[in-house]
Amino acid sequence: MIELVHVDKRFGENDVLKDLSFRVEKGEIFTLIGPSGAGKTTILRLINLLDDPTTGMILIDGKDTRVSEGERVALRRMMSFVFQKPAALRGNVFQNVSLGLKFRGIPPGEIRQRVTEALGLVGLDGYEEREATTLSGGELQRVAIARALVSRPEILLLDEPTANLDPGSIERIENLISSLNTRFRTTIILSTHDMVQGQRLATRIAVILDRKIRQVGDSRQIFYQPGSREVARMVGVENIFDGTVTANEDGLASITIGSTTIFATCHYPAGTAVTAFIRPEELLLLGGDGMKSSARNTLRGIISRVTPVGPNIRIQVDAGISLVAIITRRSYDDLALSPGAPVHTSFKANAIHVMTRAP
Amino acid sequence: MSEIIEGFIQAVELIISLNPEVLEITARSLLISLAATLCASLISIPIGGFIHFRKFGGKRGLITIIQTLYALPTVIAGLFVFLLLSRVGPFGFLGLLFTPSGMIVGQTVLIIPLMVGMTLIALSGVKQSIQDEVVSLGATTTQTVMTIIREARFAILGGVILGFGRAISEVGAAMIIGGNIRGYTRVLTTAIALETSMGNIAFSIALGIILLGIAMVVTVALFLVQER
Repeated sequence: MIELVHVDKRFGENDVLKDLSFRVEKGEIFTLIGPSGAGKTTILRLINLLDDPTTGMILIDGKDTRVSEGERVALRRMMSFVFQKPAALRGNVFQNVSLGLKFRGIPPGEIRQRVTEALGLVGLDGYEEREATTLSGGELQRVAIARALVSRPEILLLDEPTANLDPGSIERIENLISSLNTRFRTTIILSTHDMVQGQRLATRIAVILDRKIRQVGDSRQIFYQPGSREVARMVGVENIFDGTVTANEDGLASITIGSTTIFATCHYPAGTAVTAFIRPEELLLLGGDGMKSSARNTLRGIISRVTPVGPNIRIQVDAGISLVAIITRRSYDDLALSPGAPVHTSFKANAIHVMTRAP
Repeated sequence: MSEIIEGFIQAVELIISLNPEVLEITARSLLISLAATLCASLISIPIGGFIHFRKFGGKRGLITIIQTLYALPTVIAGLFVFLLLSRVGPFGFLGLLFTPSGMIVGQTVLIIPLMVGMTLIALSGVKQSIQDEVVSLGATTTQTVMTIIREARFAILGGVILGFGRAISEVGAAMIIGGNIRGYTRVLTTAIALETSMGNIAFSIALGIILLGIAMVVTVALFLVQER
């Protein structure tokens, strides 16, 4: 459906994107995640043909997009783009939402019906006569989404679509995105800095870091098998250790990290230099009395730091290696944990993602 | 001093009594300047749009020239159009010299730079994000230009009103091209110049009050438009 081939984008002296290649299939929800300034917006603008790549090319439905402006308008009319900060044109909400249909020469009766329908989808029924420039950020965001949907695009580009919204609206818009995708097979490309949103919605995720695509995969691959240390950090893998495989028996490897040894399922032979990744949610805390756990790894340590994170608690444990666990507040209270307390940390051998590294 | 006061009182009488000559001159002034403003708008807004939306070499220089011409002396605009319309000039065959139509041409030429400049300012006041939005919504190039001009309509209208103000208050071009022919090309400004030199102070003051009144209406209109 959409293919970027060795795309570079420079603005003056600044490299914004470097050698980008990826393909988005029809009917996919493809999510770009990365910190702000990583180049996500530029990618969406390039796909929407608002900017041109400095080198490389973009194919839509297999067609090169380096064509006349008239043909580019036709390609653009297959898509809609919801900007991160949508702009309101002068006039009321109806005029704003109907603009794209007017450009396409849709008859007025049908325009009215489709605008009403689109406003209903985003929960803004009856907003037609409101002045667009007086709307709140969240309302304008939803008007922009209605404005994008009203033309029934084959491709929907969303740049941080829920960044300005309250939790209720976020849920509504996420449901809308999913249902558009399932009902109409709309191909959706969405950028977000919200990992969890990426995970909730996406068929596939591309991690953009430092102007490059670092990894493309489904959410399981991205979150549990990150391809590099940078991607791992980006997706919230807080336990990253460099070590060496000292033995491997039938796929159960002993990995020595400093003076600590952990067990992990992997096929690397003894002597391999590896990096081990463990998501903080995979760590279980067992209190100081050393209850038995079925998990292969149990390390004794001292709680060095406790930080609340929303409904959860992030706990840093010094167990020879510094481990980070995220547990619920209820578990934290039940275990009567506190900084300085002794604790057992346990995790399964198959919860560890192991990668080779340069020794 | 008493002469001035006397003149002032007579002037008010002339206006209140709806003196036919005063009315006729006022009507002609309005007509000529409104026509010139309309012609200049039809020329300036598309030119402004073209300059704003197209990339070309020397754009910056062209804009500087246009801005310099904001202050184009009215007599020079008058002289320029006079030479074009005079019997030996390239458009002499049209026979427009010393006619109201010729005056319209003169005032149009005079205010085009100001109105092109104001159109450029108005269009650059529309944020790039709006233009991106419009293009992204599937507008063709023409649809984009029309939508952005619509978006800037109040600011552009402000430029149109300024242009009208400059046209109706100028005397140089009207005098040189129109010739101040009584009952034919005599307008408020040229009449004031003539009547004053003839010592007909009351008549001059009456026309002056009307001209100021028009200026005030223009200013109020501009204010109202810019409030939008």
